[in-house]
Amino acid sequence: MSVLRPLDKLPSLNTATILLVGTEDALLQQLADSMLKEDCASELKVHLAKSLPLPSSVNRPRIDLIVFVVNLHSKYSLQNTEESLHHVDASFFLGKVCFLATGAGRESHCSIHRHTVVKLAHTYQSPLLYCDLEVEGFRATMAQRLVRMLQICAGHVPGVSALNLLSLLRSSEGPSLEDL
Amino acid sequence: MDETVAEFIKRTILKIPMNELTTILKAWDFLSENQLQTVNFRQRKESVVQHLIHLCEEKRASLNDAALLDIIYTQFHQHQKVWDVFQMTKGPGEDVDLFDMKQFKNSFKKILQRALKNVTVSFRETEENAVWIRIAWGTQYTKPNQYKPTYVVYYSQTPYAFKSSSTLRRNTPLLGQALTVASKHHQIVKMDLRSRYLDSLKAIVFKQYNQTFETHNSTTPLQERSLGLDINMDSRIIHENIVEKERVQRITQETFGDYPQPQLEFAQYKLETKFKSDLNGSILAEREEPLRCLIKFSSPHLLEALKSLAPAGIADAPLSPLLTCIPNKRKNYFKIRDK
Repeated sequence: MSVLRPLDKLPSLNTATILLVGTEDALLQQLADSMLKEDCASELKVHLAKSLPLPSSVNRPRIDLIVFVVNLHSKYSLQNTEESLHHVDASFFLGKVCFLATGAGRESHCSIHRHTVVKLAHTYQSPLLYCDLEVEGFRATMAQRLVRMLQICAGHVPGVSALNLLSLLRSSEGPSLEDL
Repeated sequence: MDETVAEFIKRTILKIPMNELTTILKAWDFLSENQLQTVNFRQRKESVVQHLIHLCEEKRASLNDAALLDIIYTQFHQHQKVWDVFQMTKGPGEDVDLFDMKQFKNSFKKILQRALKNVTVSFRETEENAVWIRIAWGTQYTKPNQYKPTYVVYYSQTPYAFKSSSTLRRNTPLLGQALTVASKHHQIVKMDLRSRYLDSLKAIVFKQYNQTFETHNSTTPLQERSLGLDINMDSRIIHENIVEKERVQRITQETFGDYPQPQLEFAQYKLETKFKSDLNGSILAEREEPLRCLIKFSSPHLLEALKSLAPAGIADAPLSPLLTCIPNKRKNYFKIRDK
C-alpha cells in the first residue's frame, strides 16, 4: 500500500509544495489559483489530487502540507477523504495535515453535519478550517492563510515549526471538543 | 361575430408578447396584409388589441378561426404545457394502410362529437406529417370551455402522439379511443415519459438524439481535448490524477455521447420492496404491505446535469444505469420492484 511520508525526500531549494485533496476539481483549481496570486518569498508548487494514493510513476517533490477539502454538500466528498486518509503516514499528522470544510454557508444544501468533520479533524489531531471556496473574498483570505501555513510547514519561517503551529492552533479550541 | 368568440380572440391576442405579434398574425393568415398595415403596432397593447378585434369583426371571425389562432399561439409557446407521450399499436394481422389525413380528421371529429355533443375540434397540419389537434371540451349540457383545451400532436407516419396534460382528465379515455380508431390502430398506451419540451420528447421517442453535428471535430484525440483546459494553467499547478480524469471523461463520453442531451425536467423513481431481515419474527418482516419510497430528480436540464456529475467530481463514474438509461428506455418514470 503506497503511503505518503513527510520526510522520505530531500527538500528542494526554497520550494514549498502543498497537496490539495478533494473530489471537486473546479474548487481545487480556484483555490490553487488564489494561492499562487499571493506574494511569497518561497517558490510555491500546488499539487491537486482527487484522492490518495497518488500515482507512483511520477517524480514528485517533497510534500510539505496536505489539505483535505471536504464539501459539506456531498457525502461522496467526505467518503473520499476518509478513504484517502488511510494512505497518509502517521507522522504527517504532526502539523502537516489540515482539513478544509467548504459549503457551510449554504445550510440548506449541507448533507454532512458540521459535527462529523469536527470529529474527523479531532480524531486525526489536525486543524479544521472553514471556508466557502466558491466566494472569491473568502477564498482569497483562506489562500493567504494556507500560504503562511505552508511556509511554516516547509520550514521557511525561522523559529516556527509545523508542530509549534499545530499546538498554537490546538490551544485555541473550545472546551466543547472535550465532549466528543 | 359572437361575443364569446370576440372575447376568446381578445384574450388570446393579449397573451401574445408584442415582439411576436406580427409573426403570429402572419402565421394565422386570417387578417389580410392590407388590414394589418392599418394597425399601428407601436401603440399601447390595449389599443393594438382593440384595433385587431375590430378588424376580426369586419372579417367575421368564426370560432374555428379563433381556435386556429390559439393553436398557433401554443405552437410558439410549447413549453408552457407539459406533454405526455402515447404509443399506439396495430392489432395482430392488421395491414399497414396508407394514411389519409382527411379521413383521419373526419373520423376523429365524428367520434368526439357523437360521444359529447358539445366539443370544438380544430386541426392544423405542420411539417413532418404532423397534425396539431385542439379539443375544447363541453358536456351534453354545457358549451365547450375554450380556455382549457387539450392539444394532441400526432405524427401520422408513426404510432406516437403527444398530448398536453390537462386537469380535465375524465376525457382522456375518450380522446385515446378517438385517436386510436381514427388512425386505424388497435390499442393506445401511455408511455412513462413526460416533459415540457416537445422537441426533446420527439428526439427521444424517435431516437434522433444521438446525431452529432457535422461541424463537430470528433477526430480530436481525447487527450488533446482534456489537456486543452491546461493551456491557461500555471505551471506551478500539477494535477496528480490525470489518468483518473481521462477515465472519467472517457466513460462519460461513452455513456452520454458528444451530442447535446434532450431536455427533461425530472426523473422519478418509485421503489416498492418488502422488508428483508435475518432476524425472525421482526415486526417489519411480517408486514404484508411493501415499503414504498419515491425519489425525484429535478433540474432545468436533467440529462446535461447528470452528464456533468462525474466530471465535476460530485459522483463516481460510471453512473447508475437507472440514471443513464433514461433516453434509451424512453422513460422518466420508473417503478422498481422486488424481482
